[in-house]
Amino acid sequence: MTQLKTKSLHERIVITGIGLTSPLGNNLAELRENLLLGKSGITHGEIRHMGIQALGKCHFDEQAYQSKKMRKRGTRAGAISIYCAHEALKDGFYDLKNIASDRVGVYLGITEHGNVETEQEIHELYNSHDKNVEFWSHHHNPRTVANNPAGEVTLNLSITGPHYTIGAACAAGNLGIIQGVQQLLLGEVDLALAGGISESTETFGIFAAFMAQGALGKNIDPTKASKPLDKDRNGIVVSEGGAIYLLERLSDALARNAKIYGEIVGYHSNSDASDFVLPNDIRQAECMQKAIAKAGLKPSDIHLVNMHATGTHLGDIQECKAVQKVFHDCPHTYVNATKGFIGHAMGAAGALELAGNIPSFFDHQIHPCKNIDQLDPECAITNLVISEKKEAVVETILNNSFGMLGINSSLIVKKYKE
Amino acid sequence: MLSNEQVREKVIDIIADIALDSDLSGLNDQEALRDQLDLDSMDFLDIVMELKKRHKIEVPQEDYPQLRSMSSCVEYLAPKFNV
Repeated sequence: MTQLKTKSLHERIVITGIGLTSPLGNNLAELRENLLLGKSGITHGEIRHMGIQALGKCHFDEQAYQSKKMRKRGTRAGAISIYCAHEALKDGFYDLKNIASDRVGVYLGITEHGNVETEQEIHELYNSHDKNVEFWSHHHNPRTVANNPAGEVTLNLSITGPHYTIGAACAAGNLGIIQGVQQLLLGEVDLALAGGISESTETFGIFAAFMAQGALGKNIDPTKASKPLDKDRNGIVVSEGGAIYLLERLSDALARNAKIYGEIVGYHSNSDASDFVLPNDIRQAECMQKAIAKAGLKPSDIHLVNMHATGTHLGDIQECKAVQKVFHDCPHTYVNATKGFIGHAMGAAGALELAGNIPSFFDHQIHPCKNIDQLDPECAITNLVISEKKEAVVETILNNSFGMLGINSSLIVKKYKE
Repeated sequence: MLSNEQVREKVIDIIADIALDSDLSGLNDQEALRDQLDLDSMDFLDIVMELKKRHKIEVPQEDYPQLRSMSSCVEYLAPKFNV
């Protein structure tokens, strides 16, 4: 009774490949190893108009799967997407020659897209071209259209199926995966490249807006700047990154004898309808409960909850209330959070953080939180894995990802069993 | 006064920054650039933009065919460089 069920569709959807880049590694093995070692991916870097800020940058090879010319033409988000898509296919031993190109879909979650290019163009317009718009680049539109990152993947890999992005603030990583699941269930495609990406460390506007909101994480030691759930947390550390999953129907995965990381057994998304930026613990709890119900599970069946926990004062408290409400009487449900290690990867966060936890199915370890020196008493929830990794049997993960305008998402992945 | 060879060098400098993965050393000046290099319409717009940014040379849309080959580029652009 754990398959995702819709009114008429009973296919099981599985993850057969993961490609990622993060501030803590450029593939799943590297990310997992560094999470278990307790490393930080946060450094100081220069942000236009703002000077040195804590941030999380990725260090993958942009030319691994893309020519120099096409990298220059495209965007950082496109480069991240192309890298992750190739890595996912490689990881899943999937040769696109073995599938009709129009049966592959690309669905990528984004928090925002276009800020980087727009800021750069305006900077040049004012500083180099005396506001003469004749120098505005013809590349502006193809770089800033919302589908750009997914479109660059299709151009690079000659995929002729659908591609688009899912704009869902910082819930987007989960929503990209959910979109892939839904399109497979609908029979629209036979292979989905789905996940989330972010290029937000290239835009000062995101940093400046969090600063104006009093929610930009900072510390003399950048590795201490992102402190979700700690008493002294002071805000979000912005990161870039991406995680793209190969999603297939179980029957297709079995037919090609694919390695199966896990099965997506449930999900839910809802809206707070209460505030532009302040989260709502009641709706968050409702989101988790409905995802669990859709999966045909009980809260106690969940072995690991990955919190969204961004490191803002109120956001962390609200989510802790929600998690405690749902899991307070579940002695075998552990809770962790990832942003203390890699910061907030925005549109990539949900997809990246899920990837960081999926190896728990196989190595039987739960990575802890990072930078909780003094746990906020208001965040002292049951079975929080605070500072030391924990050995445990993990067969079901619930991954939370929430965002501005009150968008919530919870995704449940289960270790594959026949 | 720039010689045709100097004009050619300036055009090559621009193309080198656009066709980043191409080797320009064996370019046949009479042959279409698009047939020898991995260039598409967006790249030609880049060439037009760089001529404007670097050399204040305007290439109106109706003259884009003049940028077909290196020799036609030089023939068309030399008078503009030497205004």
